[in-house]
Amino acid sequence: MKPAPFSYHLPTSIEQAVALLAELAPEDGRILAGGQSLVPTMAFRMARPAHLIDINAIGELARLEVRADAVRIGACVRHAVFENDIEPGPTGALLRKVAGNIAHYPVRTRGTFCGSIANADPASEWCCVMVGLDGIVELRSVRGTRRVPAAEFYKGVMTTTLQEDELLVAAELPLLQPGTRTGFIEFSRRKGDFAIVMVLVAYRLENGRMVDARVAVGGAEPYARRIAEAEAVLNGQVPGIDVFGEAAGAAAAAVDPMEDNNNSASYRRGLVRALTQRSLEGAK
Amino acid sequence: MTQRHEITLTINGTKYMVNVEPRHTLVDVIRDECGQTGTHIGCEHGICGACTVLVDGEPVRSCLMFAVQAQGCKIRTVEGLQQGDQLHPLQEAFMRHHALQCGFCTPGFLMLAVGVLEKRLDIEEEELIDILSSNLCRCTGYQNIIKAVRVAAAEMKVRA
Repeated sequence: MKPAPFSYHLPTSIEQAVALLAELAPEDGRILAGGQSLVPTMAFRMARPAHLIDINAIGELARLEVRADAVRIGACVRHAVFENDIEPGPTGALLRKVAGNIAHYPVRTRGTFCGSIANADPASEWCCVMVGLDGIVELRSVRGTRRVPAAEFYKGVMTTTLQEDELLVAAELPLLQPGTRTGFIEFSRRKGDFAIVMVLVAYRLENGRMVDARVAVGGAEPYARRIAEAEAVLNGQVPGIDVFGEAAGAAAAAVDPMEDNNNSASYRRGLVRALTQRSLEGAK
Repeated sequence: MTQRHEITLTINGTKYMVNVEPRHTLVDVIRDECGQTGTHIGCEHGICGACTVLVDGEPVRSCLMFAVQAQGCKIRTVEGLQQGDQLHPLQEAFMRHHALQCGFCTPGFLMLAVGVLEKRLDIEEEELIDILSSNLCRCTGYQNIIKAVRVAAAEMKVRA
């Protein structure tokens, strides 16, 4: 089908964009970035925004900055950018591993990192990365700027603390320590489909023992989150099949999986266990 | 009163001045306003890849982009592949290796493959299969498409 009529706005600065948003959000105005989720829902007429505020002409939002301790990802940075290491350390390597799982290449050339984290689909890979790496979202409105940790940003399926007049201008990911091993695996029945479950893991070694362990699960619950029970199993231990299995079991026990027509809660729970184990075994 | 915009689209080097509603997708305008009907419309929600075109060198789903967003971009469609009487190596290879039957998905596959091969002629087999999985074909079973793209890549290397 064809999208319903709307008015189109093309601001060239963040100030213009948030002013437009403040004015038009109450009249069902929405932000358009990559459009790879919004435009299909408009084609189905599940979304019929009266105004679209296209942020693609705001040069500042296309910027990706690698700083000494964090990566700052502007609202218009596309998924495909991460298919090459954006920095030489473990963060760049992890983001590359993740990027290849997102939809298909012609979607990754348009879709944006920040659009994905604002859309907050439970199966969004970048949402899982944001919580796994303790990312921060920067929200701008005419009222000011808010910086919200990813762990506090998500509230439910496609539901966040983003207010209707706020523009998600950037995401920041703290860089992982040098030497951190990372793993990311997702499962879907066909390449490019939405993941049923995904697991991100990271840890580094100090005196042969795991520290700063991270286990984040996406797709299983309404929004991605770190699983403290599984991380507690790993911290302080020597890496090995048995402790990985124990952590995988802890993750599976800790999640409260969603159900749908094709995937029962116990199936998703089984996937959490299997993917946690495999990501830990394959982490490098 | 529906808002309309005067825009100029550059398709295969030719400029088209068109008057569009914001809701008109790029593929609809390429076909209906610019008359370039080589690009096909399949699912209209970004799943099938039939409408794949190159925008500033990158393959995109032209059903998921509004035409107003393509103002100032360089758009390439299947009509731009042939040079005079000379088919593009991908078109030759698709014919010779039976990489199409009904032909509906073919323009999308060709533009996807052109977009990738122009940047990376030495793409690995596994990654090529991964990228070609972006688009749907209901006739060929994909094997001949993969084969044709491989052959075309070799030919493009020789000509490069």
